[in-house]
Amino acid sequence: MSLVFKLARRNLFHDRLRFVATVVGIVFSIVLVTVQMGLFLSFDRMVTTMIDHADADLWIVPRGTKCFEDPSLLDERERFRALSVEGVADATPVVIGFAQWRMRNGGTTPIFLVGSDIRADGLHPWSLVGGSLEALSIPGAVAVDRSYFERLGSNGLGDSAEIRDQKVEVTAVTSGIRSFTTTPYVFTTLDRGRAYIGTSSNKATYFLVHLARGADRDAVRGRLNAALVDAEVLTPAEFRSRSRSFWLFGTGAGAALFAGALLGMIVGTVIVAQTLYSSTKDHINEFATLRAIGSSGIYIHKVIIFQALLSAVIGFAIAAGIGWIIVEATADSALPVVITPALLLGLFALTVAMCILSAVAAIVKVMRIDPAMVFTR
Amino acid sequence: MTEPILEAVDVVKFLGRGAGRVEALKGVSIALAGGELTLLMGPSGSGKTTLLSILGCMLTPTSGTVRVVGRSTAGAEPEDLAKFRREHIGFVFQSYHLFPTLTAFDNVRLALDVRGEAARPAKAKVKEAMAVVGLAHKVRSYPHELSGGEQQRVAIARAIVGNPSALLADEPTAALDSANGQSIMTVLAQIATNPARSVLVVAHDPRIIPFANRIIRIEDGRIVGVEPGGAGSNQK
Repeated sequence: MSLVFKLARRNLFHDRLRFVATVVGIVFSIVLVTVQMGLFLSFDRMVTTMIDHADADLWIVPRGTKCFEDPSLLDERERFRALSVEGVADATPVVIGFAQWRMRNGGTTPIFLVGSDIRADGLHPWSLVGGSLEALSIPGAVAVDRSYFERLGSNGLGDSAEIRDQKVEVTAVTSGIRSFTTTPYVFTTLDRGRAYIGTSSNKATYFLVHLARGADRDAVRGRLNAALVDAEVLTPAEFRSRSRSFWLFGTGAGAALFAGALLGMIVGTVIVAQTLYSSTKDHINEFATLRAIGSSGIYIHKVIIFQALLSAVIGFAIAAGIGWIIVEATADSALPVVITPALLLGLFALTVAMCILSAVAAIVKVMRIDPAMVFTR
Repeated sequence: MTEPILEAVDVVKFLGRGAGRVEALKGVSIALAGGELTLLMGPSGSGKTTLLSILGCMLTPTSGTVRVVGRSTAGAEPEDLAKFRREHIGFVFQSYHLFPTLTAFDNVRLALDVRGEAARPAKAKVKEAMAVVGLAHKVRSYPHELSGGEQQRVAIARAIVGNPSALLADEPTAALDSANGQSIMTVLAQIATNPARSVLVVAHDPRIIPFANRIIRIEDGRIVGVEPGGAGSNQK
């Protein structure tokens, strides 16, 4: 085995305090990037979670809808127009809207209501951890997510509250259905949903289109677009993209997260670059000796790059451990940090790239060494 | 006549810029033959180190020619000069310049590692070089565990492990006491008995004259005398 790695390792570990400072810098930087990107992934999932879990081949949405949470309304006549289109088997209405949740102790909090007919293939609560979907048919029944218990002043199944002066009771509890807006989702039936948000019984926010067996989606979509007046027809992928675009980029939330991640990368790069540079300066006699005894520039580059890579691997391993703890700690919170294998791989590549980039200043410094300096030192 | 191992012909070297520009070497010609220990002596500022740096392919002359085993270094880029050093020249420095974080063994092996030699054959060469300098029993020691004389021996082992044609030593005994200095010169004189290798030692200390085959005196950037050393020419 070449001595390059041994030299790099010894150079790096020779000054332990500086090595610790380097690793802390990398860990700080990567944890910051991890949290920012983890939140971005989490938000990305949140803003499309309703669309992901809705049973629809096509969505009929009010014209100009920007995201799922856009509470514009369609008239029931649009549904009948849709049902008359060849290739449409069903168009299930879904109603959404903001309402006030009055807790038993008298406090109130805003909620986001999702109403859908539980007998049809619509948009129902999923990931149930208590109660059942059928229990929503009980008068006043609602489903809430357990991550919002505290916000809703609820202890779970059987707890009651009021929405629009009407008593409601928690008959189903879900896990992991969180809202990007942090306003808790509350599921109920279509009719009660209309009543709780105060809209008339001939209105709905969306119609979830189910195609007839063998129908061509694009052809049906074209016919629907021709038949509908105040609505547009989107595929689930298009609706997801529109929601994502609105929440993550239209509001600046995504840009803020990326800015945080970029800041982390810059901080990490600067810290590692500074450490590698000062380490190289401290070992300048050794690099000059290497040069004097005839080592190539590549050999010396390798020593410095191995130092950078070693810092990257150790820093990343610790950062990944901390990231895992953060993921576990926030898993049941309203703001979970999500790390996917692809993100982990990307973060590792980023750490390596950051550390190698940091090595550039040290390499430039070392390549300016006059090997003859070994005679005068 | 045998071709010199290292040769400088009419070498001129200017150092510095502007008003501080100094002509360190003023047309120096020197040829080092195999099997010879040459002593380069002169007062401080006479150009000894500059000449050593040029012969060692660390500096390029302003004018004149340098040949290493018959090949001119004219027009060589820094990487080409590094290759000349790697393949043909070993160095011994006054301050040893050992790597404090590596064992004696690895310090010596480094000279082979930069040449890309595989670890297994290198191991045998390192052991042999350490034996030549009488430190076969200290291969696992770190520099701070060795005396000054021992550290200089490790540096010599590093210089010879690659079997260079020329060994250039800059004041190799300056940091040592008399006994260690004599011991180091004995090792260098022994190394110089190889007819395929030339040893050039830069020194002030007149006590090492007996080890030299030839003494070259330099003053003010010019060779001012060449005379036989204490070892004469009978060792060739």
